[in-house]
Amino acid sequence: MKDATAIVGIAESKFSKNLEASECQLASEVIIAALAEAGLKPSDVDGMASYTMETTSEVDIAKNMGAGDINFFGQVGYGGGAGPGCVGLIAMAVATGQCEVGVAWRSRKRGSGQRPWAANDQVTVGASWTRPWGLLRPADEIGMLTRRYMHEYGATREHLCNVAMSVRKHANNNPNAIMYERKMTRDDYMNARWISEPLCLFDNCLETDGALACVVVSAERAKDCPQTPVYIHSVSQGLPPQHQTMTNYWNEDPLRGPAWCCADGLYKTSDIKPEDIKVAQLYDAFSPLIILSLEGYGFCERGEGAAFTEDGGIEVGGRLPVNTSGGGLSEAYVHGFNLINENVRQMRGTSCNQVEGADTCIVTAGEGVPTSAMILRR
Amino acid sequence: MSQDVLLPAIGPDEAPFWEYTRKGELRIQQCSGCERLRFPPRPMCPDCHSTDSHWTLVSGRGTVWSYVVPHPPLLPQFMPLAPYHVITVALDENPTIRLLGNLVEKAGDPINAIDPATIEIGMAVQVVFEAVNDEIHMPRWVRV
Ligand SMILES: [Zn+2]
Repeated sequence: MKDATAIVGIAESKFSKNLEASECQLASEVIIAALAEAGLKPSDVDGMASYTMETTSEVDIAKNMGAGDINFFGQVGYGGGAGPGCVGLIAMAVATGQCEVGVAWRSRKRGSGQRPWAANDQVTVGASWTRPWGLLRPADEIGMLTRRYMHEYGATREHLCNVAMSVRKHANNNPNAIMYERKMTRDDYMNARWISEPLCLFDNCLETDGALACVVVSAERAKDCPQTPVYIHSVSQGLPPQHQTMTNYWNEDPLRGPAWCCADGLYKTSDIKPEDIKVAQLYDAFSPLIILSLEGYGFCERGEGAAFTEDGGIEVGGRLPVNTSGGGLSEAYVHGFNLINENVRQMRGTSCNQVEGADTCIVTAGEGVPTSAMILRR
Repeated sequence: MSQDVLLPAIGPDEAPFWEYTRKGELRIQQCSGCERLRFPPRPMCPDCHSTDSHWTLVSGRGTVWSYVVPHPPLLPQFMPLAPYHVITVALDENPTIRLLGNLVEKAGDPINAIDPATIEIGMAVQVVFEAVNDEIHMPRWVRV
């Protein structure tokens, strides 16, 4: 697998609270655009990977894009845990010869569509140990872990604010970011309304309509593509023992979540170690997930993630620039696929917040769910 | 008030828990092969792989492990209560078993009656039960 495949095309739709086009149309458009960027035709595509949460099947996407014979298709589950896992799945199919030109994508109208937690007011068996007492939403579930984290390690709202402000600053340089023109001060953060204490509005990701795609081919074939190839160096998924999705309260150490397990898998096959990584896109459905991911993926010790955000630590120019396009908190929330494309831009040298000399990077999926991550290099 | 509350969905694995709360007992599934307590309830023990289990009575004492204070937007059942709180209680018998719940002065009090500012992580609590209907007696928690 190591460096055997490369991302050679990326594309994204406009990001907005409300787009008119359907999820199917948005997906089809970004796939066509990513192929065009890669110098490839829709009829070249023979592999497809997407999230299980996609509302449009490969069958319909293939029909819309005018694909020929598709020889590999697969999906990865767990919502925001899926992103790098999807790209890894298609990379594996390319590396093993099951297909030659693979596309991965996510298309979601979360901005204008319904909030998943509000989709019904019934309780499923799986949610029966949490929802009836009022733990209703992802913000409540992650808020519970966040409060415990603050208690164990002395982290404060100042640290969560560091995360939100750092990511926002990056978005303020990215014209495609929803929060491009919206500056945030520490006062704005501290005075924001609560969603689930200890999490306020700005600890929560945006609600966005949007779609993104990328194209994966073999390293050999990538040499013929017009864009600088971005090599897929290492990929892993992470499902630790006795894990519970989102409500990970029933094991020895709930604050040591899927990130740690995923990191073990990721670095096992990687020549690039945490100290070699120049820029990171860390899944940020909630600001505390960045702090946990900094620890889980080995950028600091346990309990040090909060302090890592001090003094511009996660801004461009800091210890490790994180979410340089604005992430889910301030660019767009499309289940983390925008983090993948931003890392491709970083490796090409074309980010709005380009990290000088960046030739290695990491992109992670959601901490708190069965997750995935990958290391890319120039 | 029963139509205003969010009731748990109960499958075969969960049914004994709720049968016992109707009797005012907090019982946790325990492996009959190796005696490991497990939660949430499920068919197989992850240690010895026995599928035999029983429900063992626990003291109902624990400590607050964490808590949140949800604010709107919320499901309609909880909107009139907001802001309220939800606690996680680590059981004394096995602190990796953490039950969700709400802190009250006494069973039957609304879950927004206690000032969340008075909740502290590590606080000792004891289970009480509130009959929200004939079938469902919800565990809640009082300070010890
Ligand atoms: Zn056993």
